[in-house]
This record gives sequence, structure tokens and C-alpha cells, in this order.
Amino acid sequence: MSGHGHGHAEEHPKGGYVKNVARTLEHDFIEKLFVPAIAVGLGVTIRHFFRNLLFKERYTQTIEYPDVKPAYPARFRGMHRLVPRDDGKPRCVACFMCQTACPANCIHIEAGETPDGSIEKFPLVFKIDELRCVVCGLCVEACPCDAIRMDTGFHPPPVQTRAEADVGRNDLLSFFGRDELPAQERSAAHPPPTAGGLGRIDRTEGDLGAGGSRGGF
Amino acid sequence: MDQFPVYLAVILTVVPVAFALLFPLLLAGPLTWAERRQSAYMQDRIGPNRAAIVLPGGKEYRVFGLLHPLADVIKLITKEDTIHHSVDKFLYNLAPLIALFPALVTFVIIPFGPDLAYQAGAMVIAPFANGSVPTGNTMELQGARVDIGILYIFAMSSLGVFGVTLAGYASSNKFALLGGLRASAQMISYEVTLGLSLIGLIMVFQTLEPSSMVYQQGELMWGVIPKWGILIQPLGFIVFLTAAIAENKRTPFDLAEGESEIIGYFIEYSGMKFGMFFMAEYVEVVVISGIVTTLFLGGWQLPFLFSDGFHFPGGAFLGLHGAIVTAMGVGTFVFKVLFMCWFQLAIRWTLPRFRYDQVMNLGWKILLPLSLANMVVTGLVLLS
Repeated sequence: MSGHGHGHAEEHPKGGYVKNVARTLEHDFIEKLFVPAIAVGLGVTIRHFFRNLLFKERYTQTIEYPDVKPAYPARFRGMHRLVPRDDGKPRCVACFMCQTACPANCIHIEAGETPDGSIEKFPLVFKIDELRCVVCGLCVEACPCDAIRMDTGFHPPPVQTRAEADVGRNDLLSFFGRDELPAQERSAAHPPPTAGGLGRIDRTEGDLGAGGSRGGF
Repeated sequence: MDQFPVYLAVILTVVPVAFALLFPLLLAGPLTWAERRQSAYMQDRIGPNRAAIVLPGGKEYRVFGLLHPLADVIKLITKEDTIHHSVDKFLYNLAPLIALFPALVTFVIIPFGPDLAYQAGAMVIAPFANGSVPTGNTMELQGARVDIGILYIFAMSSLGVFGVTLAGYASSNKFALLGGLRASAQMISYEVTLGLSLIGLIMVFQTLEPSSMVYQQGELMWGVIPKWGILIQPLGFIVFLTAAIAENKRTPFDLAEGESEIIGYFIEYSGMKFGMFFMAEYVEVVVISGIVTTLFLGGWQLPFLFSDGFHFPGGAFLGLHGAIVTAMGVGTFVFKVLFMCWFQLAIRWTLPRFRYDQVMNLGWKILLPLSLANMVVTGLVLLS
């Protein structure tokens, strides 16, 4: 090809234009020997080999996932949680804003009236189907009282049945935000319900007054 | 030197043969691990490290993934051995045996330690110094002392072609046939170079017997540099190593396999029959390392180490017991073989593979003339 044009179009005998790509790469004698080039290549690979083998600062970027877990970014949207008031009851006033905003229709709320009348409504049932959730965070945006957040720092764990993926009010209330408690304290007192699946959570809804694990209504 | 007592003679006959058989065989498993692990480190990955022995207490031992070959063997042995109805059953079953057999028997002529003698009721090291070959009543640390050792290597390695060719031929699969065809053409081509590249070395050492070559490589040139084959025949070393890797059909010469095009001559094999082809490749890596070590890297010779200890240039002397010298010789041999294995794996994971015509061009148009030129130049130098 080197005798032909260098990168310009020529008319083909059968019509149309064919672009001739220049392939004038000539090897000099040293390159034709191959051996120096092989030595250079071996130098590169062997350098990588020994650096990865012997030195602390490696080229390797692999994270051995189940053994080593990377930190999620600060704005990671994880499992939902219901934020409690100081007395432990949920801040949620069952206004249905999140349920309305949810594009996946995964939030199910049934409102109840508070006995003392200080706050009009509270969620009698607050269920999130984590299988349907698209983790868009619109429920968090929609909430007028900052009652629902996605700052738990863990993602919905695997489940065995579809029913298990329905996370109820008391469960949601029992989760902590990951900035709320120091990590050690949190993991000791409230291990995140990850590996064992949501089935591990105590999901007794309890009577109206019992509330979540953080105190009752 | 006295006659060996019978029990020692028996031991010194059995041990080298067992070593020659078991060393490459047992090294083949760890080599599969080393290949995966080393390639991973060269490519900034981590490589296999999950296979573990779990004790009842729940404690896990992974030993850097060294258990993976074990798991592989268990898997291959317990796998169903599927045989297509249209294969030639006799040749089909014979092929993996023929492929593995030459690789296993070649190591027998490779010396892995100095000759031993029996003197005054104790085993001693047969005295050697500066290139001299011990004579008299000795026992060798070598499976078999064959006077035509190098020819034996070539005879056996050319038998390996049959395993590959028969596997491709008997499989009744066109891709296997193509693989076998390529493999046989490639192996026959490179066998010529393989043999011719060693002629220079044979001319220098005036022998075909590996052990004698090793002793001669202990000689010091100008009292300083050991007369290793790689130093007196550098071109022969490069050509031989290239041809040997091509003979073993490993990358960059793995035309017989080629996962993306024809898969290879062993495409119809499953279970441990495939495992035998796989194992033959790694046994051959060890065998090539052993041959290269023996012919070019001074075998078990450590520079300046003679039968009574170190004689450093300048007159310094460090006396060592014969047992220690023997152990150091065997250790040196094992180290050199392991190094050559490592080096072959490094080459395999550094170079891209050739195209088929390039392999043939390299073999016939470059390596063969080079080895002939090497022969002529060596002859001229020796004559002058």
C-alpha cells in the first residue's frame, strides 16, 4: 500500500471513491530484531508484577467486595427511614405528599387520628415496597415535615419473599440515620439489618400505643 | 572410591527417578495457580484467592489461593466425561496419554545435583573442580545418565506431536482437526530450529550428555565468569527458548488453541482428559525450564562452588561440608527452574499472539537461518 496515495481519495475503477490509508510504517533494524522491544515490554509487565507483589503502594485498584466494603458517598440514597420526634413518635402527619409524589407507587399510607388532638393525623400504616422503589428520593423532597429520609447509609437488603420487602412503619422508625450515631455505637446497639434480610427485623406491628423500637405513641 | 552398599545404591537409584517424575508433575498444579496469580499481578488485578479450607470453628485458610489447583483437580476428576458417539474411541482416549507421556519422561535425563561417591564408609560428594567431570565409582543425582541425553529430549518432544495430532484427528470435529493440523505443522517446524539451536552448544561442550555439560559449565572463564551456556551461546539461548515455547504451543505461539477462532485440538475433550492436555502444557513448562537451566544456566552449579566449598576469585576459600554443597546444588537447580518457569509465564503474559503465517515466517525464515548462522559462527570460532 505504501506505493499508493497517502490518505487521499482516489477514484476506483468501478466507480466511487476509495480512501487509501497510508501504511508506510517501516521497521528499522533494531525493531526488526524484536528482542529489544520484547525486553521493554517485559520490563513494563515485570515492574507491575513486582510493585503489586512487594510494595505497599500498588497499581491494583480492586476492592475485595464482601470482605472490604467501600464507603458510600455522603449523599447516597439508601433505605428509607421515618424520622421520630423527640418523644419517639414519627414526625409524619400522614399528609400523603410522599405517596402522591412517588413515581413508582411504592408508598402506602393509612392515616389515623391522634387521641390527644395535638396533631391531627398520624400514619396508622406506613408501608414502603422496597422492590418497587426506584430510589429517586422524591418522597424525601416532597415531605413538608422532614419526616422521611433516605440517609440510613445501607441499601435495602435481599429478601426471600415479596412480602418481606414491604417495610412497615415500626421498622422504618427503628432505623437510624448514619450521621445520627457514631458508627461503632450504632453497629453495637442496632446492627443494620443487611445480610440476614429484612426477615430478621422484628416486624410485630404492635398496638397503637406501642410504636417502634424507639418508643411508642 | 569404594563400592556403594546395596541399600544406598537402591536409594540413590529410586530417589532421582522419583524426583524426575514427581517434580514436574507436582509443580504443574502450583504453576496453574502461578499463571493466574502472576498474570493478575502483572495486569493490576488480584487473581484467584477465594478457595479456602474452612475448619469446624469457622476459621478460614486461603493460603494465597494455592488451594485453587486442588479445587480444579477435584472438579475435573468428578466431572462427567462426555464422549461424542462419532469419535474414534481408541485414538480419542489414547491422545491425552500420548500428549502427557513425553512431557513426563523428559525430565529423567536432567541432573539436579552433583555426583555422589562412597568413601571410607560414608557418602561423599564426588570431587569436581573448575569444569572437571568426576570419574570412577559414582552415583548420579539424575534419573538416567544417557550418553545421548540431548537426542533423547528431541526424540521425546517430537513424540508430543502425536498426542496433539491424534486428538485433533480422532475428535471428529473440524475445529479440533484444524487445531491439530496447526499444532502439528507448528511443532514440526520448530523442532528443526530447536535441534539446530543446540548444535553450537554441543560443539562447545563436545558432548550430548547433560550432566557432563553441567560440570563443564562450572568452569571459570578468565577465573571469574562461569562458563554458562547463556554466556557462550546467547543467540542459541534466545532461539532455543523461543523454539521451546513454540514447541509447547503457549502464547505467543498458541495457534493450536485460539479461543476466539478454532478453540483447539482438545475441543471435544472434557473432564480430566482435557485436564491431561492442560497438565501436559504445564509439565512441559517445567521440563523446558529444566532443560534451559541445565544447558544454558549452569544446571545445579552455583558460581565458585566446588565439591569442597566456595573458591572465590582472588584466592578466598570457604570450606563447606559435602552434604551442604549437595543441598546447595539441588537448591540452586530448583531455584533456577522456578525462575525459568516464572520467566516463561512473564513472557506468556507480555506478548500478544502471532498470526499463523507470522509463526511460520518466524520459524522458517528467521529462527532457522539464525540457528544455522549460530552454528557456523560457533564452528569458525572453535576452529580458529
